[in-house]
Amino acid sequence: MTNPSLQEQIHTDTENRSNNHSTDDSLDQVITNYIPHSRANGIKTSLTFAWRALLKIKYVPEQLMDATIFPIMFLLMFTYLFGGAIAGSTSDYLQFLLPGILVQTIVTITMYTGIELNNDIRKGIFDRFRSLPIWRPSVLVGALLVDTVRYSLAASIMIGLGLVLGFRPDGGFLGVLIAMALLLIFAFSLSWIWTTLGMIMRTEKALMGVSMMVMFPLTFVSNVFVDPETLPPWLQTVVEVNPISLVVTGIRGSMHGFVTLEDISWVLLWSAIIIVIFAPLTMYLYQKKK
Amino acid sequence: MNRTNTKNDVDRDDLAIEASGLVKKFGEKRAVDGIDLKVRRGTVYGFLGPNGAGKTTTIRMLATLLKIDSGSAKILGHDLVQETEAVRSRISLTGQFASVDEDLTGLENLIFIARLLGCSRRQAKERANDLLNAFGLEEAAKTQVKKYSGGMKRRIDIAASIVITPDILFLDEPTTGLDPRSRNQVWDIVRALVKHGTTVLLTTQYLDEADQLADRIAVIDKGKIIAEGTSGQLKASIGSGRLHVRLLNPDLRPQAQQILADELNTSIQLLSDPTALSALVSNADRVAYALGELARSNITVTDFSLGQPSLDEVFLTLTERQTDSEGKTQEVQS
Repeated sequence: MTNPSLQEQIHTDTENRSNNHSTDDSLDQVITNYIPHSRANGIKTSLTFAWRALLKIKYVPEQLMDATIFPIMFLLMFTYLFGGAIAGSTSDYLQFLLPGILVQTIVTITMYTGIELNNDIRKGIFDRFRSLPIWRPSVLVGALLVDTVRYSLAASIMIGLGLVLGFRPDGGFLGVLIAMALLLIFAFSLSWIWTTLGMIMRTEKALMGVSMMVMFPLTFVSNVFVDPETLPPWLQTVVEVNPISLVVTGIRGSMHGFVTLEDISWVLLWSAIIIVIFAPLTMYLYQKKK
Repeated sequence: MNRTNTKNDVDRDDLAIEASGLVKKFGEKRAVDGIDLKVRRGTVYGFLGPNGAGKTTTIRMLATLLKIDSGSAKILGHDLVQETEAVRSRISLTGQFASVDEDLTGLENLIFIARLLGCSRRQAKERANDLLNAFGLEEAAKTQVKKYSGGMKRRIDIAASIVITPDILFLDEPTTGLDPRSRNQVWDIVRALVKHGTTVLLTTQYLDEADQLADRIAVIDKGKIIAEGTSGQLKASIGSGRLHVRLLNPDLRPQAQQILADELNTSIQLLSDPTALSALVSNADRVAYALGELARSNITVTDFSLGQPSLDEVFLTLTERQTDSEGKTQEVQS
């Protein structure tokens, strides 16, 4: 009967197999090793996601361009192009323009949050995140935390350059700090709109297109570049209800020391409204994403 | 594989996955159309089927990534819908596409996952290095994953899935696109995991893979399980083997086809080679008579073979049957 010899053969085959694979032992060991761990809380997982986002900046430093080169470019361009025509002198115009263009720049770079997320979703890694036993929003909260760092960087660069060019905030250091705080709060809330769109849009390009379509008119038809008094009445109405104008008013006021509690409240109210609508919406889309 | 075959009635506690009537609809299409599943602990269960059969959808439902439209499932005794968190802490998933961050290095990826799972900084680093060593990736530890080869990507992906050794590992097409060597490495990892009690549910398009790894196989087509069993059972279910016959004179093929059909009492396939015929045989005894009958009719046979059906043949036969029977049910309805 051939059975015993066949079994012998299989046996030697198995032996050969384990001899040939030097990693077998370490493989066994790594599988049997118990790793002591306890469920990580939401703060820890959010910070871990933030750590990942920071690492990505290390490998793709170009992605910081929007937070460094853009602000410098924008500020120089608009100050020297429009300064003379709009305010008679570039340094006068700078006092008016800087807070506005600061808002425009930061608001524009918030949309990269959505693009990054949209990129992630279309890759397999999102499936892993979603099948891990972790607090689900931490993926987004971590990313937004790092974005806040990017916004601060961009804002600091702009204000620094502004000071060099002759920007003199009447509100002093405290006024600038309040302005920064308001801006970061608003930018953080605005990011949730882009995360929502990042979940819905099928491609990065489509997302870019939609973002531009929304942001371009919203930032230009505002009080960023010109005093609304010079506009036709119907356009003035539009500018007045534009949330970007309200934010600019709050920040311009803070920097030059004539901000009112009402101005600040408007910024906070708008931020709250956006978060209340778009944060849950993003999370809902995130949960049911195929 | 020296594991004994499973019995059909198994103890409930012994089941890693128990699902009944799973359904997932995408619009009008029923991607998964009533799947029942029983997977014993510590075994490898293979989902075999073509693209779009519903394999991935089923795995994604079981891995809590997709909501089930109807049906129910228990993962290690936890209800899939009610106890999602408990399920997630026992399972791990390696998707079809790299489920690691390709911008980061292998080491960073593993530390990242370990930290998310609650390891301390030191533990995370230690574990990451151990895993890289065991998976033969120590030299690529500080290289960005996007620069890895296909096989290395697959390994780092699986390593990320077993940072905490899961009770159930879902592998979605783990070896698609890999060269034979990398494929064997992945197989070795799966075997090592199973040896230590992890249950593995894997999908594959390769019959060879299912044959090699899986204790039980479910053949899936159009969202339904059309056959289930060990690979031996599946092969046996479609007959004892396939007969291949080649003739000297291609002109005589129609005649030979008629004779074989009569003798073997089955349908005969005409292959693209004009001299070749083939048939699935349920009863090997009849083959000798059939060949004798060909000789008596002066049809010269240049060569013939009778072999156990490959899983390929099993699969094609089963899916053909499925299409046939579906055609019939549709006729009845209209």
